[in-house]
Amino acid sequence: MAQHGDRVRMLAGGTDLLVQLRSGALDNVNVVLDIKTIPELNEVAYDPGDGLTLGAAVPCYKIYNNREVAQAYPGLIDAASIIGGTQIQGRASLGGNLCNAAPSGDSIPAMIALGGVANVAGPHGERTVPVEEFCTGPGRNVLQQGEMLVSIHFPAPEARSGARYIRFIPRNEMDIAVAGAGVSVVLENGTITSARVSLASVAPTPLFVREAGAALVGKPATEESVKIASEIAREAATPITDMRGTTEYRKHLCEVLTRRALLTAIERAKEN
Amino acid sequence: MPRKTQVQATINGEPMDFLCEPRQSLLEILRDIIGLTGTKEGCNDGNCGACTVILDGRVVTSCLVLGVEVEGCEITTIEGIAIGHTLHPIQQAFLENAALQCGVCTPGFIVASKALLDENPNPTEEEIRFWLANNLCRCTGYDKIVRAVQAAAATLQETTA
Amino acid sequence: MSTTSHEPNMVLVNEEFDVVGTRPIRHDGVDKVTGRALYGADHDTVGMLHGSILRSPHAHARIVSIDTSKAEALTGVFAVVTGQDLPETNAGTMVDTGGGNVDLKYLRENILARDKALYRGHAVAAVAASSLHIANEAAALIEVEYEVLEYVGSALDGMKKDAPLLHDDLKTNELGEKTDEPSNVATHFQFSKGDLEKGFEEADVAVEREFENVTVHQGYLEPQVATALWNEDGRLHIWCSTQGSFVVRGACSKILDLPVSQIRVVPMEIGGGFGGKLDVYQEPVAALLSKKTGRAVKIVMTRADVFEGTGPAPASHIKVKIGAKKDGTITAAQAYLAYEAGAFPGSPVGAAGMTVFAAYDVENIVVDGYDVVVNKPKSAAYRAPGAPNAAFAAEQVIDEIARALEIDPIDFRLQNAAKEGTRRVDGPAYPRIGCVEVLEAMKNHPHYKSPIEGPNRGRGVGIGFWFNIGFPSSCTIMVNDDGTVNLVEGSTDIGGTRASIAMQAAEVLGIAAEDVCPTVVDTDSIGYTSFTAGSRTTFATGWAAYEAANDIKRQMIERAAKIWEVDADAVEFENGVFKSENGSTLSMNFKELAGKLGATGGPIVGRAAVNPRHAGGSFAGNIVDVEVDPETGKVEILRFTVVQDAGKAIHPSYVEGQMQGGSVQGIGWALNEEYYMDDQGRMANTSLLDYRMPTSLDVPMIDTVIVEVANPGHPYGVRGVGEANIIPTTPTIANAIHDATGLRMQRLPMNPGAIMEAAWNQRK
Repeated sequence: MAQHGDRVRMLAGGTDLLVQLRSGALDNVNVVLDIKTIPELNEVAYDPGDGLTLGAAVPCYKIYNNREVAQAYPGLIDAASIIGGTQIQGRASLGGNLCNAAPSGDSIPAMIALGGVANVAGPHGERTVPVEEFCTGPGRNVLQQGEMLVSIHFPAPEARSGARYIRFIPRNEMDIAVAGAGVSVVLENGTITSARVSLASVAPTPLFVREAGAALVGKPATEESVKIASEIAREAATPITDMRGTTEYRKHLCEVLTRRALLTAIERAKEN
Repeated sequence: MPRKTQVQATINGEPMDFLCEPRQSLLEILRDIIGLTGTKEGCNDGNCGACTVILDGRVVTSCLVLGVEVEGCEITTIEGIAIGHTLHPIQQAFLENAALQCGVCTPGFIVASKALLDENPNPTEEEIRFWLANNLCRCTGYDKIVRAVQAAAATLQETTA
Repeated sequence: MSTTSHEPNMVLVNEEFDVVGTRPIRHDGVDKVTGRALYGADHDTVGMLHGSILRSPHAHARIVSIDTSKAEALTGVFAVVTGQDLPETNAGTMVDTGGGNVDLKYLRENILARDKALYRGHAVAAVAASSLHIANEAAALIEVEYEVLEYVGSALDGMKKDAPLLHDDLKTNELGEKTDEPSNVATHFQFSKGDLEKGFEEADVAVEREFENVTVHQGYLEPQVATALWNEDGRLHIWCSTQGSFVVRGACSKILDLPVSQIRVVPMEIGGGFGGKLDVYQEPVAALLSKKTGRAVKIVMTRADVFEGTGPAPASHIKVKIGAKKDGTITAAQAYLAYEAGAFPGSPVGAAGMTVFAAYDVENIVVDGYDVVVNKPKSAAYRAPGAPNAAFAAEQVIDEIARALEIDPIDFRLQNAAKEGTRRVDGPAYPRIGCVEVLEAMKNHPHYKSPIEGPNRGRGVGIGFWFNIGFPSSCTIMVNDDGTVNLVEGSTDIGGTRASIAMQAAEVLGIAAEDVCPTVVDTDSIGYTSFTAGSRTTFATGWAAYEAANDIKRQMIERAAKIWEVDADAVEFENGVFKSENGSTLSMNFKELAGKLGATGGPIVGRAAVNPRHAGGSFAGNIVDVEVDPETGKVEILRFTVVQDAGKAIHPSYVEGQMQGGSVQGIGWALNEEYYMDDQGRMANTSLLDYRMPTSLDVPMIDTVIVEVANPGHPYGVRGVGEANIIPTTPTIANAIHDATGLRMQRLPMNPGAIMEAAWNQRK
């Protein structure tokens, strides 16, 4: 990496990178570094006390085919199982999805909702970055020259916690999210003790809507409470109009998806 | 001109050796270097599934895999689905159920379907459709393809029972 | 979860045959399920070079200069060509390529631009190099100086007085008369029948609506590909993906100013066409590069090239007004059809005018059609070209009137249905047709009788008509001594026609379908055969096979007569057996006689060339149930039934396949597919990610009913089936959405955002 500077990109699944290289979107890049051979980047380590450490290069299918992980983190599986399609999931990784930093990255709101923290390594050592701070603009992330994403760590799921990611797409698979909502809640005796709400495709980066989660704390886990949060989510969104949707439609979807996701997360929390 | 790398991989059970530039995809290598033209190119960006192969046990779109990435890997293409001289039950089911019209998407569908039935021998219609959503067909409307996969699943269950 | 198929597919069989109507495995099936079948891109020749085409980034621009020097200097580049390399002979004449009459100057200009780039994607130059990667690099090094011009983005814009003009020499053909002023309107035609004013005066209710269709693409999975080798003996060989090898030959002949005898076209297996592979695009370019380099040159289109550089189906602006009496009689119908031809004249607006009201017997009709050039790729045929746009309009207005009159929508159509003798607005009176039978099959179908329950759910119906065509086909059949026959024909097999053609020959000869070995051959090896399109292949090439088989039969009868030493008219052939009563009964079956041919005079070869005149039109109808999510506008297709009159389903599985395929294309057209144009006239969604065709997860099983109202103009009663089935789908889904939501969608696609917006507008 030191040798090639900004002419090199990390290659994990390649499902975004190769497309971008061929389209000419990355004209200055002419070297790819296959990181799939680095052991830490392929690790899936789950411990009920410690949580999940997910290597940056682990492809989606290995995540959802891992029974323990699937049981403990259904909110993550929601995202991993719908990125692209079956073949894409054979290669695409959540680490790659995060580093690609598309506003529409399906896994990113899911990871934010679960409190994911990115482990970064570079020439000056290691550091951690909360996932919600990782993306800095469309296609841009916090990695400095010479740094790479090694893994993402998720805290162990608490009792009575539930998480959910849903997106809206015009077809039933394959599409980029027009809008997406990743949420998590923790319940105690029917009251929400913590909540996180994150949105895809409605801002320059995936959006962590702190206020929406904060508005749920201490509230009963009911449709009324959820509605307050989903309205806040809609207000927080700043989508553009493009070929996938209009500003008005996307803001509207934020409310719908946040509400639906929260209701499911609450159900999952109750069953947990 | 970029230097070529030598890559060794097992393709349809046969150890193979090829030279390729880093920018060449697995799809290109299968078709243009090795001569296995059964795998097709429809879009070159992972959205149509016509280039589907099985790589180390998992279906992928070979257009989004670089040749240099498959060192030491096992690859199955459409040419490796038949069992010697005998069609695989999935291939037979596609014929009997008229599950192809132009046939260009058919190799991708057969490879993807085989991977599905290897993993989930008794899928529901919804599971079949979800698994195959990365494979586009413009001719059949999918009805007869889904029926062929269901028929193949039934045949395979009979023979293993 | 059990299958979503609600009813088994039905075939309402008219007449039973031995082979026709059965479902043998298609003859080319094994090759296609093993990956052995060779498509255009699979063809390689020794020393082949790879071509790359440079395309205009601008929707409308004057080409000031082209500097190819940097490209030519790149190592690995063998030749570069531009529009200057095409001949200019016979410019300004209309030529028939076999695919219809076209202006030769326009035909050449679309292959490689001359003075102007007329659409984003318009081919401007091309390179041949030792690898595709190098060819692409070289193409990027070609320097083109453009003077960007204001572009025309729609038919209505093109028709405005101050619109920028695409062609200085294009003048409107106004109702048959050439006008003087340059215009973007190539043609204005009118069909009329009866007295429209009187018809509307008689009406108790009239509904008038305007509708918009945007540009969509046929969406074949296999991009266009052609390999050309212009040999030192002057003969040009082309291997390509095409629906019509003889059309490629004819077009290249005109474009390159080469006699057809100097061109051989080999139709490779084709990965879909739907009308989009009737025209040539890169074949002449590959030929020019081959001539310059002395090597074979292969050019494969990228997916973006396919969207921007081939021929999508036209956008249109349509107004339909229909009037009816309280008792349900339609008294008047009027349509205004403005179609985008793309960069050169020739949209299918004429066919739209003929089909818009074709399902109805109406006394008073006026149809005005406008063919307008715009700065988009030149439109090409897409499955019943022109008709789906017109049906999206007419079938919704019909739906509104039926509702206003409180008459069941199928009964309303039945009451006004076209029948034998009904005169269409463009002139012809129908022979025997199956409109009523299709509507009745719809009405009697369990789908229509089932209740539609639940909130946000609705049901729609619709019907459409396509004439289908005849055109010439040839066939040769040779008898093998084991009683099998080899059948040689020239129709690209897009969807199982080797089988349907072989089956018609087998029926005549009293042998099994498996005993016919059909091959599709190149233009040197078979008599002239028109394209695989227009729903003609099973009809016309099947007829050629039928005639060739009858030729075999005649010769076999003569041979049996010779063997038995009787007169030929004393020999009968029935159920595959040759018989003669000559004191005792003499008999031989086909196989036995075949085995004796060598010893009794030599091989028997049968041949035929046909140009059938009586293609039977086909009606197709849909019943569709939908559920619309009121919070997102997303439409789910709950249940889909398609009914079509096939005349005679030679191979019912492949007829069902056509019906299902056309229906799902219609679903994509209705719900999601569009060319999303930016503010510079460029398509923003040139990938299969954002040009959203249905995936397997987006559609249910498509239940089919094949109606058989025999076409009296064909030996087995065949009516073409490929096309009509796409026509009713967009309006049927629109009618279902209306039933579910009360929203009348007047623009395609009816994607979720559009439906929500319509819902919000309605509440205002």
